[in-house]
Amino acid sequence: MGAGHGHKLHYHGHSVVHRAPAHLKVASLLVFMLVVVATSRTWFPVFGVYLALLVAVIAASKVPPLYIVKRMVVEVPFVVFALLMPFVATGPRVDVLGLSLAEDGLLAAWGLLAKGTLGVVASLTLAATTEPRDLLAGLERLRVPHQLVQILGFMIRYLDVVTEEMRRMRVARESRGFSARSVRHWPVVARSAGALFIRSYERGERVHLAMLSRGYTGSLTPGATTPGATNATPTTAAPSSTTPGNHA
Amino acid sequence: MSTPVLDVRGLAYAYPDGHQALFGVDLHVHRGERVALLGPNGAGKTTLVLHLNGILAAGAGSVSVSGLPVTKPNVQEVRRRVGIVFQDPDDQLFMPSVRDDVAFGPANLGLRGEALERRVREALDKVGMVDFADRPPHHLSFGQRRRVAVATVLAMEPEILVLDEPSSNLDPASRRELAEILRGLDVTVLMVTHDLPYAFELCPRSVVLSDGVVVADGATYDVLTDDALMSAHRLELPFGFDPRTIGSPSAG
Ligand SMILES: Nc1ncnc2c1ncn2[C@@H]1O[C@H](COP(=O)(O)OP(=O)(O)OP(=O)(O)O)[C@@H](O)[C@H]1O
Ligand SMILES: [Mg+2]
Repeated sequence: MGAGHGHKLHYHGHSVVHRAPAHLKVASLLVFMLVVVATSRTWFPVFGVYLALLVAVIAASKVPPLYIVKRMVVEVPFVVFALLMPFVATGPRVDVLGLSLAEDGLLAAWGLLAKGTLGVVASLTLAATTEPRDLLAGLERLRVPHQLVQILGFMIRYLDVVTEEMRRMRVARESRGFSARSVRHWPVVARSAGALFIRSYERGERVHLAMLSRGYTGSLTPGATTPGATNATPTTAAPSSTTPGNHA
Repeated sequence: MSTPVLDVRGLAYAYPDGHQALFGVDLHVHRGERVALLGPNGAGKTTLVLHLNGILAAGAGSVSVSGLPVTKPNVQEVRRRVGIVFQDPDDQLFMPSVRDDVAFGPANLGLRGEALERRVREALDKVGMVDFADRPPHHLSFGQRRRVAVATVLAMEPEILVLDEPSSNLDPASRRELAEILRGLDVTVLMVTHDLPYAFELCPRSVVLSDGVVVADGATYDVLTDDALMSAHRLELPFGFDPRTIGSPSAG
């Protein structure tokens, strides 16, 4: 499954949306989400405007709509939750197709679905049009704490390595005639997960050793050689990497 | 002779769990030498390597690099002088792009701006990977990653390059290309390897480590043709490879 390379959320392209600066995109996403969440769920037409806005951005990015729709599965748990709401909520009832539903629950479900969907689609659009590397640089420019960006960077970098390791372990398990078909097999899967955790942990230690060997002392110099930022980055980076040292 | 680049004396080390891996190792490497460190699995080769730049601290004995003792206060300078290329490039390459990864070491040494850029370009040029500067390391092939890992260390302009099993997992062409790169470098090399033909091809001198002690130190040709020594320490030449029929390689 999966093409095996590249990040599964990124859709390669060169549209205006792809080329827009990452920090701008992140900031817009944040503002968009805040506005959507703050909008009263009874202002129905306004949500239409939001949706139109999103559709326009996706069209401009030339990412196939189906690509985004497929990745919306992350929303499924919310959808299930939203669908339950009208049944479990209390208060005045309305009849829909012969079912007696709580009016408040119905409204709450609509709000959750509409806001959730808008948020998910907007985030997927950002992920589809922004390389992880640019995303990190964008966060850096938005003055997200350096340590946080560093952790995210490591996560992105080793996610592939760990999933690949997980896949290899599964293949090796199955090659020895095991496949997790029922609950009785879960202990084996759990033990594999444990092994994977230990391996990842030990890899973390080896990575750290390799970093120390190259003179790492605890602070990364952000984007020291990001192309096209030869002059700007080091000067802005220098104070942020020296100040913690002075105060420590 | 001048001060050795690498001067290891009576080095002993036990891991925290009590397992003793090194029992008094002596090793001297002089400027410009290329030395192979051979030995069976579990002999202590990697343990020794981790002492060379102060990742592990000697239990007894001492290590110095160009006269500078490897101790806590000197550790930063020692790590500039000793460049270690680890066995698994995935452990070494962690930045989002090849360029950033190669810049990581020199940036830790305080290089910035144009000087840093130049250092990165030169290092990538030496391993023939300039065109890959903006690619993410995890999208490269294994051989390419190994080369980038070598570049990340070369970018620090070390006095001695230490490689842990550089030819493992490489296809024959990548293996040969890496040999050409290593031979073309003007730097002292200590190479840990199980690949005896590789050692024979690249390193005029070999040191054999077995059960935490140095059991042989001499010309690679002499070591590989000493049958008693070889079989006593679980060293075996691959099928069809015989140094005697190839003869002593031209040194250097
Ligand atoms: N973290 C550790 N804790 C305890 N013992 C260890 C540790 N790492 C290695 N050892 C032990 O120290 C000895 C030397 O290990 P080392 O990794 O240096 O061997 P090596 O010569 O590099 O072997 P290989 O050729 O297999 O890489 C082995 O007996 C090993 O079991
Ligand atoms: Mg080893």
